[in-house]
Amino acid sequence: MTTVLEKVGTKTIEHLDYVGSLNMQLWATLRAMGSALPFVGNRYRWRATVRQMLQIGVDALPMVSLMAICTGFILAMQGASELRRFGALHYVIDLVAVGFTRELGPLITAIAVSGRSGSSFAAEIGTMKVTEELDSLRVMALEPVEFILAPKYLAALITVPCLTVVSNVFGILAGGLFMFFSTRLAPLLYFRSVLDSIVLRDVITGLIKSVAFATIIAHVGCLEGFRVRGGPDSVGRSTTNAVVKSTFLVIVADAVFTAIFYLTVKS
Amino acid sequence: MPIISVRDLVVEYDGRRILDGLSLDIEHGETMVLLGGSGSGKSTLLRQILALERPKSGSVHVKGTDITRCSAAELKGVRRSVGVAFQSAALFNSLSVEDNVALTLREHTRLAPSIVDLVVWMKLAVVGLAEFGKLYPQELSGGMKKRAAVARALALGPEILVLDEPSAGLDPIVAAELDELILLLKEAFQMTVIVVTHELPSAFRIADRIAMLYQGRFCSIGTRDEIKASQDPQVRQFLNRIPGNIAKAPAVAAYFEKYLHTPEAA
Repeated sequence: MTTVLEKVGTKTIEHLDYVGSLNMQLWATLRAMGSALPFVGNRYRWRATVRQMLQIGVDALPMVSLMAICTGFILAMQGASELRRFGALHYVIDLVAVGFTRELGPLITAIAVSGRSGSSFAAEIGTMKVTEELDSLRVMALEPVEFILAPKYLAALITVPCLTVVSNVFGILAGGLFMFFSTRLAPLLYFRSVLDSIVLRDVITGLIKSVAFATIIAHVGCLEGFRVRGGPDSVGRSTTNAVVKSTFLVIVADAVFTAIFYLTVKS
Repeated sequence: MPIISVRDLVVEYDGRRILDGLSLDIEHGETMVLLGGSGSGKSTLLRQILALERPKSGSVHVKGTDITRCSAAELKGVRRSVGVAFQSAALFNSLSVEDNVALTLREHTRLAPSIVDLVVWMKLAVVGLAEFGKLYPQELSGGMKKRAAVARALALGPEILVLDEPSAGLDPIVAAELDELILLLKEAFQMTVIVVTHELPSAFRIADRIAMLYQGRFCSIGTRDEIKASQDPQVRQFLNRIPGNIAKAPAVAAYFEKYLHTPEAA
């Protein structure tokens, strides 16, 4: 009996510890973020931020757009097969437009970024820890939070919403292609109905979500890197953990945000 | 006043005591060698002196500042006067050797780029790597990496130079070269040098004083000659290379004997 209690207690404390460390890291990064800003901050940090933006954002463009196109097709086809039975095929347009701006755009972007960049953050920082590079940064009076974390976080904050917009566009484009091939709906007409069905609020809630996802991905990835203890095997484990935990937390956060937006819209 | 003063330092990991009430004074301009076997706590002591970890109790004063309790800003100030070369060299792999050395100059000073280049060249020339600045760390040999790490530690002209196992993993000739380099630097820049090592020839070549660690305590602190003449059993064991725990041949034989008579082996 006590052993079960002990185990439950240890696990609970471990998880609380993890959440606590995440929040502390977030706070420390926000305080160090000024140095990564352009013009007012340190120009080396801004350069690092730009490099990170290229890695997180530009390099992910082909993958994110392809994923968005596939998801757009899937959503349109699945929707059409059901909606056709009610003779409501034109609702596919709303389904794709609203579904992407509110939900799928931010979500598939987050999953792609967490797989590409979350893991690479963990691997990069973990390797630096193993090779004593983090220690040598600290003894050179360069705080890793400012030197490594702030540029990564700032880059994620900027690029993830941008990628989300790109994935929205490509998803909706795929929906238009589907409508054109299945019902010969003129593209112009399609885009006009898309514009009718998208509300600014949906786009904004989607972008708010994507900012939250960027925060989760950057911080879980970096925290996993900082928690590396021991040798190279630990780096591998952290990399896996970074992807698993950030994907999990992204979906939990998505549920929470969607619930909040759903409840506020009703009242 | 000693430049570094460690008082009653106690460090525990998960309840296991690693350092047990250490006290040590390092004077300005001396070369202090921390000698000790694997697991004696010398690397842990070094991490405390560099404020990479907090102790359970006790204090470490560097240039009069208690680095176990001071603010982050004060610690930054202290760290600018300490240059460190780690055991694994810890050069940044994404930067060339030049950029590695230039990093602190660019970050902590407002020197013009041409001056930075000049200083970097000088520091690399001191360690004999002037022609290798454009290379990346992975293109260097082990000894060159160590020397590059020393050049980086020297970048800001530190008062204190800390070297963690400078000769570990190097052949005797390169290790001896590194010893001479350390002596030269001390002579030229009047620095306080702290070297962690377990290599006896190197320790006796470079040290002004030697502090010998055994199981988290100093078993002896003194000049080279005092250590050589010490009658402390741990010091004697270390200097005379007397093995401690080794597998006793009869015990191993008895184990195999027993194994051969168990049913699964038969």
